[in-house]
Amino acid sequence: MNQHINRRHLLSAFGALTVSVVMPGVSARAATLGLEKRPALDPKKLASYISIRQDGTAIAYFGKMDMGQGTDMGVAQMVAEELDLPVERVLVDMGDSGTSLDQGGASGSTGVSNGGVTLRNAAAEARRLMVDMAAQHLGVPAADLVVDSGIISSKSTPAKKVSYGELIGGRWFDSEVEWNGQFGNGLAVKTIAKVKDPKDYKVYGTSPRRRDVAPKIMGTGDFVTDIKVPGMLHARLVMPEIAGASPVAVDESSIKHIPGARIVWEKAFLGVVAPKEWDAVKAMRALKVTWSDAKAPFPEQKDLYSHIRNAKPVKTGGEGAFLKEPEKVADAFKGADKVIESTFEWPFQSHASMGPACAVVDYQPNGQTTLWTGSQKPHHAGYGVAAVLGLKNEQVRGIWVPGPGSYGRNDAGDAAIAAAIFSKAVGKPVRYQAMRNEGTGWGPKSPASVHTVRAGIDKDGKVIAWHFHSKSFDRLNVNSNESYPGDSLPGQLIGSPPKPNNVYGTPSNSYKFPVRHETWEVIAPMLDSGSPLRSSHLRDPLGPEIHFAHESFVDEVAFATKRDPVEFRLAHVSDQRDRDVIKAVSDKVNWQARTGARKERKGDVAFGQGIAYSTRNGTRVAVVAEVEVDMKTGKVRGKKFTVAHDCGVVINPQLLTQTIEGNVSQALSRAIHEEIKFDTKNVTSVDWETYPILDITERPLTIDVVLINRQNIPPNGAGEGSMRPIVAAMANAIFDATGVRLRQGPFTPDRLRAGLA
Amino acid sequence: MAKIELNVDGKSHTIDADNDMPLLYALRDDLGLKNPKFGCGLAQCGACTVLVDGQPVRSCVTPVDSLGKSKITTLAGLSQNGVPHKVQAAFIEEQVPQCGYCMNGWVMTTVSLLATTPKPTDAQIEEAMTGLKCRCATHVSIMRAVKRAAQA
Ligand code: FES
Ligand code: FES
Repeated sequence: MNQHINRRHLLSAFGALTVSVVMPGVSARAATLGLEKRPALDPKKLASYISIRQDGTAIAYFGKMDMGQGTDMGVAQMVAEELDLPVERVLVDMGDSGTSLDQGGASGSTGVSNGGVTLRNAAAEARRLMVDMAAQHLGVPAADLVVDSGIISSKSTPAKKVSYGELIGGRWFDSEVEWNGQFGNGLAVKTIAKVKDPKDYKVYGTSPRRRDVAPKIMGTGDFVTDIKVPGMLHARLVMPEIAGASPVAVDESSIKHIPGARIVWEKAFLGVVAPKEWDAVKAMRALKVTWSDAKAPFPEQKDLYSHIRNAKPVKTGGEGAFLKEPEKVADAFKGADKVIESTFEWPFQSHASMGPACAVVDYQPNGQTTLWTGSQKPHHAGYGVAAVLGLKNEQVRGIWVPGPGSYGRNDAGDAAIAAAIFSKAVGKPVRYQAMRNEGTGWGPKSPASVHTVRAGIDKDGKVIAWHFHSKSFDRLNVNSNESYPGDSLPGQLIGSPPKPNNVYGTPSNSYKFPVRHETWEVIAPMLDSGSPLRSSHLRDPLGPEIHFAHESFVDEVAFATKRDPVEFRLAHVSDQRDRDVIKAVSDKVNWQARTGARKERKGDVAFGQGIAYSTRNGTRVAVVAEVEVDMKTGKVRGKKFTVAHDCGVVINPQLLTQTIEGNVSQALSRAIHEEIKFDTKNVTSVDWETYPILDITERPLTIDVVLINRQNIPPNGAGEGSMRPIVAAMANAIFDATGVRLRQGPFTPDRLRAGLA
Repeated sequence: MAKIELNVDGKSHTIDADNDMPLLYALRDDLGLKNPKFGCGLAQCGACTVLVDGQPVRSCVTPVDSLGKSKITTLAGLSQNGVPHKVQAAFIEEQVPQCGYCMNGWVMTTVSLLATTPKPTDAQIEEAMTGLKCRCATHVSIMRAVKRAAQA
């Protein structure tokens, strides 16, 4: 009955530290780490964040995870820095509700800025305590001690020394920290220890290598799809042709010929299980179902934006003068010599992760239920599984295992709930993996939206009023975590009512205009429950589309007032660090001032260059895109991107650069290809033919990254900020090349040709 | 159901399976290999790629009874005694993957490309790789790794 799971984060490059866990469970896990009898996880206890093994290695317990951008390495570096340990001697145990506190999972690029900072503070406190212990042990004052590579020694008598391992290795810190009372992203701790002065940094700014790379390339690491539990069955869902239809009759005999195949049916949730995976797939395909006579829920695709425009808002919000003093705003526009207005439209887009989501649940009503999930928020996925199974949160352990891609709230959260429903129904561990059409077609989407921007210009060409307005589907029709079953598709199918949040967002930048206001309206979903168009967070939630509108419009206003886009931005952006990234990127590309489209052309190919800038929770990014447009076919190539990036102190320049490269390329994919297609019955983007993404022949040829390192400013998130301005920079570059202002995405050959016609 | 013999990573296996079951399910479910991956089941992404007699093949659409005596190599079967294949070494050196779920397709296709075209041009690399998917969009790292492998 032994189950061997190679813990990916403990695998160093070539198996120097291969650790197998025998039957997953807190105590078994702790034993493998050389740490018995771990006290219960308690946010007020230092031991919940950090421990020292007998060999002097530190383990940081990280209640978030890394999806391949190197967040865990960033955290290891922060902890190593405070402990004065080489980074190779810091392990990060992450994404497991059995070993780490709920730090919110991966969310909003807070892995380093929140999660890492908490563990850094804990590490500083651990060091302080160990120095005190060493002072007692060696009989010298603490002020006489120095730490180097985990060895504490006396400055005056260097022979007097003791290691971290000798002091506390294998025992738990018995000490408290000051917890702020929050779980999730907001969890923070204060300690007596002071963190290091930036001038003493040794590990920050270096680029140690990620630990998950070799197992992924050697084919030795586990993905969530690889988890096997004895007695496990394979499951598939059976989904309706018309979204919103539910099964009214199921013909059991239609799958009788498939060995061990069984039906699981509860309300609108219908699926099959079988001991062999292929048999589950066959049963899913063979099952004869009579579906309810559901009315086709969607308008025609071509009517999407008029649907959004005409729909009655269910919620409005925003910032600025508009809400408090609407008259003042109206007056400001009245005083304008001219008013410029543009409207921008952006479609639904899919996570379309590389593989459809998978989860394994081993339901144990009288013991510990285990969930293996690719969800970014394994603690929350565990709460959702507990809720759907009627268990208490602490009865479910949620273990994150790398999934097939993760860019926010994708279908992983749905898979967790589905696997739980299946496991309870059949009384066995169940592995559920969706099919490709579900991954692309039925997973959560980023919401389609319409953005209207207006600027009032006085007779001297000065902007005197600015209004940015979005109308959209809900940013969080299903929440970005899955702790409530109604926030998942299978939960909705078994009758958990949806709880839409009805929220949206506003542009993020530091432009100053005499009057500036930003408002939004959220409209109701087209199908309340069980919808393939339910909306949620996709990497840099709302960022690409809001800033596509905002930064395109900034260029429009600059040109309308005969100003250069870079000069206009520098003149109106009020924050010095924001100006610095704009300056840095324009210097890097040797930007030539212009006051309109330059339409550079060689034969059928037009060349253009465009800038955009935005901020995200303290991180600021400016980008210049260089494009080629084939004037015959209308095909756009994003050739070169130059990115100036300021996220405070840079911890790992190499991994940061590669994160930026990935974001640029993924945003390029969204800019030129991605649009969820649907008909009146259902989503019709169901695979890579019907939902194309970037091909290697379309990759940027150059991505130049300028990192602005602010040694004295704490790290801000870098996972998403560079995703944000890319689409806008592309649109501005296309305008520069062709004189065509695209106000609807994605920038496909059809749209280009229509603009050129 | 039929008895089907498979030669995978140098070992012989006999499984009981439907003749038309895709090879991918035999490798993952019957043989318990962690590679390759199910990405689409439609020959559209490459996540399921294995080498069949050195040629990259999409195992998700390859009937398990069509292999005859062919030699099947998986990603994990590329290395010798834990020493990575030069293509693997290059992908590791360049820290290519984010989620890593797509890597079968890219690594296996590179292995077969370099076997016939040791010093490929950019255009030859693109021709060999077009159609493979990487949703995390690590394409620029992939190109660096392929070129590094070609130099090794
Ligand atoms: S899984 Fe075989 S090509 Fe996608
Ligand atoms: S690394 Fe995630 S899909 Fe390629």
